[in-house]
Amino acid sequence: MFKELKIIGKPTPKHDAHIRVTGKAVYGHDIVLPGMLYGAILRTEHPSAEFTIDISAAKKIPGVVCIITADDIDTNNISYKRDHPILKKGEVNCIRDEIAAIAAETKEIAQQALKLIKVKYKIRKGIYGPFEALKEDAPQINKFISGKFQNKNIAETFHYEHGNLEEEKKKSAAIVKRRFTLPRMTHACMGTSNITASYNKTDGKLLLYSSTQVPFLYQRDMAHALKMNPSDIRIIQPVIGGGFGSKLDMYPFEPICALLSMKTGRPVQIIYSREEEFIASPTRQPMIIDLTAGVDKKGNFTFREINIVKDNGAYTSWGATTPFVIMQAFSSLYKVGACMFDATAVYTNNVFAGSFRGYGNPQATFALERMIDLLAEEIGMDKAEIRLLNANEKGETTGQGLHYETCGHKECLETVITKSKLKTQKSEVSKHSSKKSTQKRFVSGIGYASMLHVGGGAKIYRSDGCGTTLKIDPYGYCTIITGSNEIGQGSETVLAMIASEELGIDLKKIKVINTDTDIKPWDVGVHASRTSFVAGNSLLGAIKILKEKLNKKANELLKTSDEEFEYENGFIKSSISGNSIALDKVVREMHFSHPNELAIASYFYEPSSQVQNKEYKGNVSGTYAFASQAIEVEVDTYTGNVSVKNVWVAQDVGKVLNPLLLDGQIHGGILQGMGYALSEELLMKDGKILNPNFHNYKMLTASDIPEIDFFPIETNDKQGPYGAKGVGEAPLIPTAAAIANAVCNALDIDIIELPITPEKVLKAIHKNI
Amino acid sequence: MVQKIKKENGSLHKISFVLNGKKVSCEVKPSAVLLDVIRDVFELKGTKPGCNEGECGACTVLMNGAPINSCLFLAVNANGKEITTIEGLTKSDGSLDEVQHALVQNGAVQCGFCTSGMAMSIKGLMNRYENSHKTTGKAKSEIPTRDEIKKWLEGNLCRCTGYVKIIDAVEKISRE
Repeated sequence: MFKELKIIGKPTPKHDAHIRVTGKAVYGHDIVLPGMLYGAILRTEHPSAEFTIDISAAKKIPGVVCIITADDIDTNNISYKRDHPILKKGEVNCIRDEIAAIAAETKEIAQQALKLIKVKYKIRKGIYGPFEALKEDAPQINKFISGKFQNKNIAETFHYEHGNLEEEKKKSAAIVKRRFTLPRMTHACMGTSNITASYNKTDGKLLLYSSTQVPFLYQRDMAHALKMNPSDIRIIQPVIGGGFGSKLDMYPFEPICALLSMKTGRPVQIIYSREEEFIASPTRQPMIIDLTAGVDKKGNFTFREINIVKDNGAYTSWGATTPFVIMQAFSSLYKVGACMFDATAVYTNNVFAGSFRGYGNPQATFALERMIDLLAEEIGMDKAEIRLLNANEKGETTGQGLHYETCGHKECLETVITKSKLKTQKSEVSKHSSKKSTQKRFVSGIGYASMLHVGGGAKIYRSDGCGTTLKIDPYGYCTIITGSNEIGQGSETVLAMIASEELGIDLKKIKVINTDTDIKPWDVGVHASRTSFVAGNSLLGAIKILKEKLNKKANELLKTSDEEFEYENGFIKSSISGNSIALDKVVREMHFSHPNELAIASYFYEPSSQVQNKEYKGNVSGTYAFASQAIEVEVDTYTGNVSVKNVWVAQDVGKVLNPLLLDGQIHGGILQGMGYALSEELLMKDGKILNPNFHNYKMLTASDIPEIDFFPIETNDKQGPYGAKGVGEAPLIPTAAAIANAVCNALDIDIIELPITPEKVLKAIHKNI
Repeated sequence: MVQKIKKENGSLHKISFVLNGKKVSCEVKPSAVLLDVIRDVFELKGTKPGCNEGECGACTVLMNGAPINSCLFLAVNANGKEITTIEGLTKSDGSLDEVQHALVQNGAVQCGFCTSGMAMSIKGLMNRYENSHKTTGKAKSEIPTRDEIKKWLEGNLCRCTGYVKIIDAVEKISRE
């Protein structure tokens, strides 16, 4: 891209910010349809029990239109393993379990009727730890699986390896082993889960207003659950109040709402309360990571041996598949000679985990980057130096087959190391004596961490593509109909900017249509930081085709035969003759003169990435994103409180498309990462959630934000639109690791568990004294 | 003055208040919260239900110019008060208030679910400074510090932005 860019790279406010800032945006919570009923779900009171249910009293309440239990429905199980019944029959296995649902004339009546459903429980002991579930005498928790694994409670396993482990062990000057424990974090989207379903009994068509992130996969899953034809289901996405991965799967409340509408023939709406959101929406995958790693005497990483046990909960969602990403961090972040990776997801009577921004990568990066500090200490090497020595490089193909056509890892590291040293040397916090923690109340420390993530989609389905239909109307306005979705991240804005850049059409004249499966072309969905990359390339493809049509007509009208045209300020100008003509006029002439064609083009973009083979090897993404963070913390040794002071973040974004929105992704990601590091944990005891509210589940607030210095690194990847890579997940991934390293640096303690609560810090300090 | 009217579905209270500059009245149950009245009776859906327990701030509206959590505020207590919601912040010709404008221009809006409440909280802070300039005769140059802004917005949770751009936006408005 040699020409100067007019709008790409410039801070551009969000295309759709106006409707959101005036209260005009219609979220699922705001939808009211004629004759709409209000749905409510009865969940179990016990995480493991047999039960009988009596709905007769609830049915008698005036205004109750329909009550369904497992006996009233004919459905297929959901989840990618099909191990999850929509309504549970006779037994429950986790505290989220749905046992009945009501549709009523008002919300109040629905709630009142819920209380009148009589359930008799025969409480069972339940199994609340994965190791307990793996014992031979443990009962089988999920009865819906085929049982292809040697243990009845294993839901999923992954094995990956590269290199010669034994050889690499021999080369090692130091070998360190640790067990890392990662908690349940929840998405806590500001808008709670919601759905409005409207079934037409006459034509058998189902309309869903759903805040899914993956409408086309969702359509297929819904059809399977309800035994319908996918094309009879139309998904409309209202404005979505936060995603972060939580809406990547379909959960029971969604087909339940559809079923209530199918039974009653009326629209039905289900909106979660905040408490229900905490209890019944999936979490980040908790896990125990046993990591053994080695380093030779020069500081080169030799091997990593990883064994992960994940608490799968009672049913399977995407949390079980996070090893796809976790193994990438272990196999391919920094150069490493050998890697042996095993992960097992084990059924328990706990709640199940889903996908969450980073998809297992924050967990992996925490373990790996803590380990790097430990290895550096072991061989007496500087923590910055060991990272720079092992950093990934341009042109590298990793043991797993990831090919880094561009790679900003080293530059990211150098940037944050230099910037953080500049600052901390000035304030003299960098050097610490080993006894510092007992000497003064507040001590500071610095920690580093990097991350590797897919930056050009992830080919985990047969296609990782995205379709676009592009239209210019006779008045010179442009409509982008894209398969991709807006969940707040700004995809509409970036697409509008690309169209404006290429077609010379003012941003105000560009519309993005992206919410209706009956209209928009196919796309996998919002995940894997893929939207700007995949949808952006798809749009560029459509623009190219449309321009060919427009150029042809422009030549005809200008009586020229030029090949290059510039699109600027609503005009098409010949680069050779300098003659120009208004874009809208060209479109009108296309429509109204021979051969009468539309100014429309469609394009389907499929990234060049590969589906990995059975050994999980292959170049799974169009490109890869790298980032490094250096974080300075201050620890109050009296209270154990950790305060994040400074974050230096450098991220290989390929090319900055919109610095304003990019900043937003960086800041938001870092704050989520800080929450993961310091305060956020969904506490569970015997299968029950102890803190299902914002009072006791501690999300960070405006008061907690540190100074954040962001340095975008532009590596201009030729696969990306204008050279850009995916950015959305990366900022969150290394944050917890860097904070943990900083706290350990400040106190000479060994943190192997998140979140780093004041209690844990104090315990560690007192153990050290 | 609260007037009690007996109706078949329990005792209802008639309340009158000024909503976004217009006098309105309605009948509400004693347990009704202002949030539900705004959203369901007056169909102003811009005010958002985030937690219904006063923790997240998404439902923030202004009462006589100061921010309150409308999810905890009993509707009967709105009687005789002036309530402003996000819809009332937008000027009648559709143009944006300085707070809304600053949020848009500074990239402080992502999913937007917290934005209405955030905007009303910020407006509340601006009002407070405006009033203090009026009543104490303090110079206009006295504006909230970054720390004050952070503290003020502690009651408004946002999951997308990391708050930085929001605080930037508030600083910009105060300086103008």
